[in-house]
Amino acid sequence: MSKPLPEEKKIGSKPPNHEAWELRLYVAGQTAKSVTAFANLKRICEQYILGKYKIEVVDLLKNPTLAKGDQILAVPTLVRKLPVPIRKILGDLSDTERVLVGLDLRHLAEQIA
Amino acid sequence: MKTQSIKTKRLQPLQKISSGISGLDEITGGGLPKGRPTLVCGNAGCGKTLMAMEFLVRGAVEHNEPGVFMSFEENEEELTGNVASLGFDLKALSAQKKIVLDHVRIERSEIQETGEYDLEGLFIRLNHAIDSIGAKRVVLDTIEGLFAALPNHSILRSELRRLFRWLKDKGVSAIITAERGDGLLTRHGLDEYVADCVILLDHRVNEQLSTRRLRVVKYRGSVHGTNEYPFLISKDGFSVLPVTSMGLDHPASSERISSGVNRLDTMLGGKGFFRGSSILVSGTAGTGKSSIAAAFVDAAARRGERSLYFAFEESQNQILRNMNSISLNLEPWVKKGLLQFHASRPSLYGLEMHLLTIYDAVKKFKPRVVVMDPVTNLISVGTEIEVRSMLTRLIDFFKTEQVTALFPSLTTGDSSQSEVAISSLMDVWILLRNIESAGERNRGLYILKSRGMEHSNQIREVLLSNNGIGLVDVYAGPATVLTGSARIEQAGREKADVDRRKAQIAVLKAGLEAKIDELNQEINDENLLDQVNAKSRFNLAANRQADVEPKLKSNGHHRIEEFVK
Repeated sequence: MSKPLPEEKKIGSKPPNHEAWELRLYVAGQTAKSVTAFANLKRICEQYILGKYKIEVVDLLKNPTLAKGDQILAVPTLVRKLPVPIRKILGDLSDTERVLVGLDLRHLAEQIA
Repeated sequence: MKTQSIKTKRLQPLQKISSGISGLDEITGGGLPKGRPTLVCGNAGCGKTLMAMEFLVRGAVEHNEPGVFMSFEENEEELTGNVASLGFDLKALSAQKKIVLDHVRIERSEIQETGEYDLEGLFIRLNHAIDSIGAKRVVLDTIEGLFAALPNHSILRSELRRLFRWLKDKGVSAIITAERGDGLLTRHGLDEYVADCVILLDHRVNEQLSTRRLRVVKYRGSVHGTNEYPFLISKDGFSVLPVTSMGLDHPASSERISSGVNRLDTMLGGKGFFRGSSILVSGTAGTGKSSIAAAFVDAAARRGERSLYFAFEESQNQILRNMNSISLNLEPWVKKGLLQFHASRPSLYGLEMHLLTIYDAVKKFKPRVVVMDPVTNLISVGTEIEVRSMLTRLIDFFKTEQVTALFPSLTTGDSSQSEVAISSLMDVWILLRNIESAGERNRGLYILKSRGMEHSNQIREVLLSNNGIGLVDVYAGPATVLTGSARIEQAGREKADVDRRKAQIAVLKAGLEAKIDELNQEINDENLLDQVNAKSRFNLAANRQADVEPKLKSNGHHRIEEFVK
C-alpha cells in the first residue's frame, strides 16, 4: 500500500516535458464542430507546445476503417498518441482548461501564468 | 398519391424474420420484426448475449442474412470462445464474410469531454461494418455500456434516439440488448426509443433451483403470446418451450402390449395396454410401483423393444439389485442395449432442463417404452402448475413418438384425491394401496381407469416374492374382503370345514355299512328260519303222503336243497 505514494509524488514533481507531441483529430466531414475543434486545438498548441507538435486530421467519412483502430465513437475526438499514455478528448475543445487537463499540459500553463 | 400510399401500407402486414431460436418464432407468430430494432432486456447472466448471437448466426447460416455483432462488453476472442461451445464457429463465419465482430472498447479513464460532440464516429463505424458484408442483421450488445463511458447523458440519449432511427432507415433487423433496471425494463430507459418489440428475459431462483423465462412485453403491429415461457440454454443453443407448441393430433394405435404381469393383462381386457398410452401407477411408499415398472420394462425387452428408465430415486445398480429379489433380472437387457437407465436427482436441475434431457435421450435412444420413476419427485422441483405443464408437454411428446410411458407416482395418504392434477392426462390409472387389517399390511391393486378398453373392476392382491410379481384374487366372502394371512387363514378354515364334513360322512358311511350288514344278517336269519319251516313242512307232507309236493320259497331254495341232501 505504501508503493503508490512515491510514484505519485514523482509524477507530480517531475512533469513530462516531451519534445514530440503527436496529436490526431478525428472528424466526420467539414462540420461546424470539427472546424471549431481544429481552430481550438491549433490555438492551444501554438500557445503551449510551439514547434513540438504534429497534428493529423482524420476524416472518418473518407476513411471509415480508421474508426476502429483508435476506438472512435464520438466526433470530434482528439487523440494524444504521443507522449504515452494515449488520451482521448471528446468535443469541440472549446473548454481550454479541460483540454489542458486532458493533454496533461496544466503545469506548462501554470509556468506561463 | 398520399392517401394511396397510406392504404397500401395498411394492407401490408408487418413483415417478420425468423429469429432462429426454436420456439420464439411460434410465440411471436413468425419471428422478429423485419428491418426494425428489437430490444432484449434482462438481468446479468440471463442469456441476452447468447440470444442475440444465435439470432445472428442462424440468420447468417440458415437464412443467408449476414450480420454485424457490435459488442460493447466482450472482445472478439471472448465472444468467439463463449459461443464455440454451442458449435458456432465465429472465426470461420468471419472469414466467409457472413459475420463481422466489432468490439467497441471505451476506457472512461482515457476520456475527457470538452464541449459539443456527437456519435457520428459510431455511426460511421457501424455503417462501414454493415456495408462491408451487406449485413441484414445487427446486434448491439450492450449499448448501455456507453452510459458508463460517456458522462454527458443528454448527448448520449439524443444520439441513441438518432441511432435507432438510423437503423430503421438502414433497413436492418437489429437486436439491442440492455440491462434490466430497478423496477424498470431497462436501466437507462432504452425501451422509450426501441419500441417496436421488447423481449424480457428473466432468470429466477426458486427454492435453490433456477428457471429461465422469456416474455414478449410488447410487439407493435403483431399479436404475440403474452405468457412467460421457460427457455433453456443448452449445448444446442437457446430454445424456448411454448406449451402450445404441440397439438393434440398424435396418432392413436390400437396395438396392445403386455404389462409384464399376466394377471394384470387379464384385468386389462386380456391384452394389456395400448401402445403409446400413458400409464399412471400410483400408490403410497412400498406398494410395489417400481416392481410393476420393472416388470413392464422386462416384458418390453423380451419383445425385443428398447426401453428407457428415468430413475429419480435410485441408482441403476440399486434398481438392478432390488429387482433381482423378485427374480426380474434386468442386467442382461442393459448389456444387450435394450434397456437404458438415466438416474439423476430431480433437484440436479430445473424442470425445463429435465424436459430437455428427456427429449434428448428419447430422440437419441428411440425407445418404445419409457418409465419415469417416480414422476412425483419432479414436483419437488417446481410448483404443481409448472409440473403439470411440463408433463403435458412430455406426454404429448411421448404420444407423438408413439412411446408407451409408465409413470410410477408416489402418493401420501388417501391417494385417489391427491393426484387429480396429473391423472387427467393419463390413459390408464392403476392404483396400488396398502390394505391394513388383522395386524398386517398387504398390497392391493385395482384399475381406476383405462381409456378405451374393457377392464376389471376387481381388487387383486399383489404378491411380491422371489417368484416374481403375482396377482391373486382376494377372498371376497359374503361379509368381508380378506387379504394376506387373513385370506390364507380363511382358506384354511374352509379346508378344515371340508375335512370335518368328510370325516362326518365317513362316520355316517361306516354306520350305514354296519346297518346294512346287520340287515343282511337279519335277512339271513329270516331265511334260515324259513328253510327250517319249509323243511319241517316238507317232512310233514312226506309223512302224510301228500299228493302235491309242497313248494319251497325261491329265496333260500338252493340252500334248502343243499340242506335236504
